[in-house]
Amino acid sequence: MTVPVLEAWNITKRFGDDVAVDKVSLSVEAGTAVCILGPSGAGKTTFIRCLNFLERPDDGYVFIHGETLGFTRVGDVFHEVSGRQLARQRRLLGMVFQQFNLFDHMTALENVIEAPCKVLRKTRKEAVDMAMSLLERVGLANRADHYPRELSGGQQQRVAIARALAMQPHVLLCDEPTSALDPEMVQEVLQVLGELVADGMTMVAVTHEVGFAREVAHRFVFMERGAVIEEGPAKNLTTTTATQERTRAFLQKVL
Amino acid sequence: MEERSTGTASGGAPATTAGLDHTTRRMRRHVGTKIAGVLAAAILAFIVQGLARNGAIQWSVVSQYLFSEPVLTGVLRTLLITVSAIALAIVLGVILANMRLSSNGVLRAVNAVYVWFFRSVPLLVLLVLAYNFSLLYSHLSLGLPFGPSFVKFTTTDLTTALTAAVFTFGLQQAAYTSEVVRAAIMSVPKGQVEAAESLGMTYWSAMRRVVLPQAARVAVPPIANETINLCKATSLVAFVSVPDLLYSVQEIYARTFQVVPLLVVATIWYAVIVSVMTLGQWQLERRMQRNRRVRRSRVVMEDVS
Repeated sequence: MTVPVLEAWNITKRFGDDVAVDKVSLSVEAGTAVCILGPSGAGKTTFIRCLNFLERPDDGYVFIHGETLGFTRVGDVFHEVSGRQLARQRRLLGMVFQQFNLFDHMTALENVIEAPCKVLRKTRKEAVDMAMSLLERVGLANRADHYPRELSGGQQQRVAIARALAMQPHVLLCDEPTSALDPEMVQEVLQVLGELVADGMTMVAVTHEVGFAREVAHRFVFMERGAVIEEGPAKNLTTTTATQERTRAFLQKVL
Repeated sequence: MEERSTGTASGGAPATTAGLDHTTRRMRRHVGTKIAGVLAAAILAFIVQGLARNGAIQWSVVSQYLFSEPVLTGVLRTLLITVSAIALAIVLGVILANMRLSSNGVLRAVNAVYVWFFRSVPLLVLLVLAYNFSLLYSHLSLGLPFGPSFVKFTTTDLTTALTAAVFTFGLQQAAYTSEVVRAAIMSVPKGQVEAAESLGMTYWSAMRRVVLPQAARVAVPPIANETINLCKATSLVAFVSVPDLLYSVQEIYARTFQVVPLLVVATIWYAVIVSVMTLGQWQLERRMQRNRRVRRSRVVMEDVS
């Protein structure tokens, strides 16, 4: 049995007395795409942010290729690692945000080469070559010297995907990648993400696009009130294939 | 409702828009604004005349001393104090701002006490205190608190009037600048740091490469303001006999009794320095705005041609 690329065990996150994520576990094999579905406030975003420690889980652990994220294990004790060490581990997890979060003071190209140059210490030429081929891949090579504010939402999100890919992550985490987009632009972003999965990229995506989940993802996870209610294959996901009443009710509304 | 709109679109020629081709438009003449402009110009002319014809100013004396050696040395010294102090203030300000934004309570408290102290004490009091630092502490030593010391200095060797001035202005300015920097850092959306961290950057490299460059855009106008303010505030060093611009001028008129012309000399130089700083500020702001340049206009022009 191969070790999953990404494994989350018993992730729990509280905000004050609120339990946003309640003992959620997830295991993602290499080359698979998992979509996390669920109503607003279900803790989907908090959970995916826990996966790369943008949100520190109060309990539970995340493993990347079997290595604990943010801790080193000595016997039965998990010791918190330094910020530098955590940063090194995070390179394996790319993240795409709902609000894109492109660096506003850099062009599209500069956004993509920033981390390869500063974190991986690649030469500028090497980084630019790779960045241009990534921008080509998301269809934006001709926008390389444009600043984020000069790009449409869909274009910004595609640059953000290229930026995440530039670090050659083993898993791409997508936090509602199309929720801030105009309806027309949703498709161009979903298409890029679909192509990535087809090329073998491992992906975890929080999304409201059930159609995308059905066509592209291998598995779905349905969350409500911080907990996983149902998990299963995403292909042919419909109101009848869902086993849980709550999942069916949700799908009925969004399909 | 629907009928009316289709009627207009299909050219039903309603009376409102008939014959509009032959009309012209006349804009308001803004008479009040023009009168105010003339009045302001007149007042300015009176002032210029008053200055040019005023015998007490003695323009010949002004031109005699404007480029004299002690005055120029004074100008350089004023610049030296200003530039070193603001540099110290910015570096310290960035550190203090990060302390304030830290999750560590001790660091936040240290910042609070620092800002409180340096904002409480009047600049002049602080300057004279620093100048007489050796009366306050006769020795400075490096060591452990209440423990042994490793190196020892006599403070009179360390504090010349000039270093006392630079540190006074720098340390006090840092208290104000740290608040400007803090506001600027807070103006950068949190998602920027998150994006940087998700790419494997450490907090400090995210701060340096992503947050501070964007914060700088917000911080430049107020910091330029403070620099200009500081430049003029440095004239206080005359109290501790540092020969800056004002002090040099005072020394001359104490000898020659040409008070007014020499104060005019100082005024001119301060105005020149502030003008240069203002130009520098514009340049800096223009460079930082480069990602806001309107590329669309170029695209539109290409489309038209």
